[in-house]
Formats: sequence, structure tokens, C-alpha cells
Amino acid sequence: MLSLERVTKVYRVGAFGLRRLTAVRDVSLQIGEQEIVSLIGESGSGKSTIGKMILRLTPITSGTIRFEGVDISTLKGPALKEYYRKVQGVFQDPFASYNPIFKADRIFAMIREEFFPGLEARAWKEKLEEALRAVGLNPPDVLNKFPHQLSGGQLQRFLVARALLLDIRLLVADEIISMLDASTRIDVLNLLAELRSRGLSILFITHDLSLGYYISEQAVILYRGTVVEMGSTGRVYEDPRHPYTRMLMASVPRLDRKWGALDMSLQRQATEEGEGCVYYSRCPSPGKACGVSSPPLVKVADDHWVACFRSSEV
Amino acid sequence: MSLQVENLRVYYRTLRGYVRALEGATFSVADGEIMGLAGESGCGKTTLGHSLIYLRPPMHLIEGRVFLDGQELPIGDMEKMREFRFRKISIIPQYAMNALNPTRKIGKMIAELLASRGVDFRDILPELKRRLDLVQLSPQVLGMYPIELSGGMKQRTVMVLSTLLNPSLLIADEITSALDVSTQKAVCEMLVEFRDRGFVQSTLIITHDISILYQIADTILVMYAGQLAEKAPTEVMFENPRHPYTKMLIASLPKVGVKYQEERLQGIPGAPPQLLNPPAGCRFRERCPVALGRCVEEPPFLEVGPGHLVACWREGGRC
Repeated sequence: MLSLERVTKVYRVGAFGLRRLTAVRDVSLQIGEQEIVSLIGESGSGKSTIGKMILRLTPITSGTIRFEGVDISTLKGPALKEYYRKVQGVFQDPFASYNPIFKADRIFAMIREEFFPGLEARAWKEKLEEALRAVGLNPPDVLNKFPHQLSGGQLQRFLVARALLLDIRLLVADEIISMLDASTRIDVLNLLAELRSRGLSILFITHDLSLGYYISEQAVILYRGTVVEMGSTGRVYEDPRHPYTRMLMASVPRLDRKWGALDMSLQRQATEEGEGCVYYSRCPSPGKACGVSSPPLVKVADDHWVACFRSSEV
Repeated sequence: MSLQVENLRVYYRTLRGYVRALEGATFSVADGEIMGLAGESGCGKTTLGHSLIYLRPPMHLIEGRVFLDGQELPIGDMEKMREFRFRKISIIPQYAMNALNPTRKIGKMIAELLASRGVDFRDILPELKRRLDLVQLSPQVLGMYPIELSGGMKQRTVMVLSTLLNPSLLIADEITSALDVSTQKAVCEMLVEFRDRGFVQSTLIITHDISILYQIADTILVMYAGQLAEKAPTEVMFENPRHPYTKMLIASLPKVGVKYQEERLQGIPGAPPQLLNPPAGCRFRERCPVALGRCVEEPPFLEVGPGHLVACWREGGRC
């Protein structure tokens, strides 16, 4: 349904934008119908940038993003509005997504003005209440309130309900769980899974590996803007081939296993953009080729790709 | 017994009355113990941590006593506490990355801080360098400004700085929440290392991430809406939680290996009560699936096993 083909994003940074920072490099991935894809990476890995590019919040430097076969960068005017009817995003901080001066319902009123100007008040109210119930909220409890009167979980669900008012096909969920408390986060996660069964595809952006495992079929591991490993969640988690993925898996705090004595290479997180593999400077066992050219994404098993020259050896 | 807290009650003074953020906390932390303090946001865990070191308005001490190494701490008196802070009790604040003065080089800032405690920077410099080395920082950071360091490096710098005078009690407030998983792990292991080397005696780790505590804490104290819910050794807490809140909280955590299709996890319905005028009795009562009529009275925090205390009428406090 949505495909990214060799998408690259270069930011200009530093004084006068003289320095270039490649936030996303040659990323290709697909999101199918009714599929939840987890985009997993640490801070600075470019995962949010990918979400923003899909939502057209930031332009692409090179490459194409196609939604149902159409290059989204060509969309303008009514076609772009039609795109937003189908693709919506929800972001990390629910408190920052609202204007504290206005009531929280304002986000719904804006959707109505923009997308359903002809709809009658009663029909709209029914539609709104249905969307709120779909995200597990009781409409009388939450409507007509200011953002500070609602909890983080409620606000986050409000935003999902807002997206549901449109006939969306793809939801970009950028770290929507991380601001929520443990007791409510699982409910929002379950909500996403339920929405999937109603025909929605979700790009689930997260840094939390266990959340990604719980909810998604496909996992994409990003490191400094490059896909280092991707494939079905089961394969990536149970048989990680890239040294970075292995390191990640070993350092996630888990409840069923204590941390092993993994050597913590806290060494320089290299900032120079050389030719070789992005993980070269932190890799515990780099080969000769790794410092010279960057490894391509190679299929190592069914539905499992790794970008490492030594994936067969480790 | 390194730290003993007796019936500590701290409220926030607001125009509409007291916000009852911490109710009658009684617990102790042994020498060399790393105690994790867990709970949702707004449960009073940070209030508890801060009241031990820096009880400033609008925080208001209602009652309670705190003993550190057998000596009573004058926690209600900002001035008298001064001689204990940094020397005996130290804190790594929640936003440690922003805790460094941006206009001072790190070495200069440390020197000024030490001077304020009457310690000569030059005497302590060799030890400081040794400790920086331990957290994999080069001594060059002393000549750098905070802006030149990454988030993880600043975090480690503050860790070294906070523990420089070997405090008896270290309070680490959400120190891992802004870090990447790999840095998170390294920082946690350094905390354990500091304890093992005797730089700090007891450590109090405040976090909302229980899985971190499972990795490094010796004991865990779970709080709910200002009340202590359960305290137990880490293994016991995960294998045999007794308080309904702890049970539901632990059951709701996603683990690697659990998939939505195979096992659907449940959250806890409802929300914590307002602490401005909280309901009497157990504050988890509204969300509790096994609440009794008795729960309108506040349950005592009683021992149900070795080092395992629970505040629940169903468990410790038999009717």
C-alpha cells in the first residue's frame, strides 16, 4: 500500500546550514494492507524523520514515497487533502499536540470544518461519538473539556479518534506510547491492534523493542538513518544477524532475563560520515571490507534481510 | 540500617488546600542496598525522593522523621540540611543533562561546587580523574563546556559529580528515561559499580520503568497515589506480588516473546484519584478488582514475608 524507495533525507545543520547531516539514507520498505510495521531505532536513527516524510511534513531529498502507486510528493491541493483523508499521524507528546487555551474538542471541530463542511450537526455528533467509543472513551466524560482536565492516555486516544473520523488507511504512530503510564499504555497498544483488524495499516515508530514485538508482524531496525535489519518480527527478534540488533536485544531491560555480561562498547559514537558500514566504529568484529564500503541489504532467510558483510559468520 | 524513614507525610500547599502527595511512608534501606522506587506519574515517588534532600515550598512537611546512619536528618529545615547535602545525601536529578551550568567549563563548575563545601579541588582531582575513567570519560571533559558533550556523557559526568564525596545515600531520579537502551544499560551498570566500590552506601532509584529495576535493584518499593503499596526483594516482587496493583502492573508489561495475537495483555481500567481531596482508605480501591468493604480504612503496611511488606487488607492486614 505504501512503499518507500531509496528515500534519503539530508538536513542542513550548523551555522548557516553549512554542514550536512544525512538523517535517512537509502531506506526502502513496504507497508501492506492491514499490516503493522515497527520502525525501531535509538534517538537520532531517523525513525521520526521517516514518519514525517510519509506525512509530508518535511520534504524528501531523494527517492520516492508511493501511496497506492502514487508518488506523494506530486500531490497538491485537493489531491493532497484526499491523501490526508487516508493517511494521518499521531505523535509522541499528547500534551504538546493541543492548544491549551482551547478545549480539546477543537481538534474535532477543525476536522469537521476541513473535511466534512456539509455534514449536519446530528450526523456529525453520531460520527464523533462512534469514533470516541472506538478508542474506548465514553463521550460525555471527555467532551467539552480542556486538555489539562484529561489524562495523557485520554488525550492520546482523542488524537487516534481524530484520525479515525477520516477514513484513514494508514496511521503513522510516532512513539505514541512512551509518554503514557505503564497501566494505560497497554490499552492504547491493544487499541492499535484492534484498529488493524478494522482494516488499518500502522507504521509503529518506537524505541521500545518489547512493544514492537508485542504488536507488529514486520520489524525494521534503523541505525543512523540506515536499515540494518528487517523482516518478520519473529525472525528479527529470535535470530538477529546484525551486530547492532544483537547489541540492542542484549541491552533491552527484560523481565524474564537479567542482563548478561555483554561488553558495553560505550566508545565513541562516531559522527564522521565515512564510506563504510554505519556501524563500523562500534562493531565488535568489523571485517576489512566494512570500513571501505557499506554493506547492501541481503536476504538471509525467508522474510529476513540484513545489511552486514559478516551476517553469515556471526 | 543506613536510611530509615518513619511515617513521612509531605503535602503540597496550594490555594485550594493540601495536595496529599505522600502519606505516612515508613521504610528502611540497608547499607549497600539499591532500592527501586516505582510507580506511575503523580504517585509521589519523586516527592518522596526530593523530600529526603531538598524539601522546598510548596512542599510542606506534615510529620515524619528520617534517620541516616543513626543520625536524624533535619529535612524540614532548609538551612540545617545544607551540611548534609552533597556530603551525606546526594541526588542525580531527573534532567541531569540540563543540570550542568552551561556557562562554566565542567572542571571549573566542579571546583566551585567543592569550594562551597570547603573541599579543595586539587586534593580531589586524582580521585575525580579515576572516577571519570571508570565511567569511560576522558579527563579532557573537565576542560569542556556541557554543550560539547552528548546526553549520555553529561549523564555520566553528573553521576561522577554527585557521588564525588562518597555520600551515604544517593537518590537517582529517572536517570535513564531520556537515554537510548544501550546507554541506559551502561549507566545502570555504573550505578551498581559505584555501589560495589563503596562510593555510595545506599541508593534510591526512582523510575517508572520497572524492567530497569528488575535488572539492577535489590529491593523494589511500589507506590500508588501517594501511598506505599508494596515493598519486596526484586525476585519476590516479580514472582509473587501480593498487592493487586503490583500484580496488575507487572502483568500489563509487554515482554519480548509476548505477541498480541497469542496473549493479550490487560491494562488497569480507570485512573488514579486526585490527590487534592483523595478518598479515605486505600486509594487503589476504585480500580481494584478485589476491593472489600474494609478498604475504606487505610490498610497498614505489614510484613507478609521476609522483607516483603504489603498495604492491603486482603494480604497483610487480616480482618
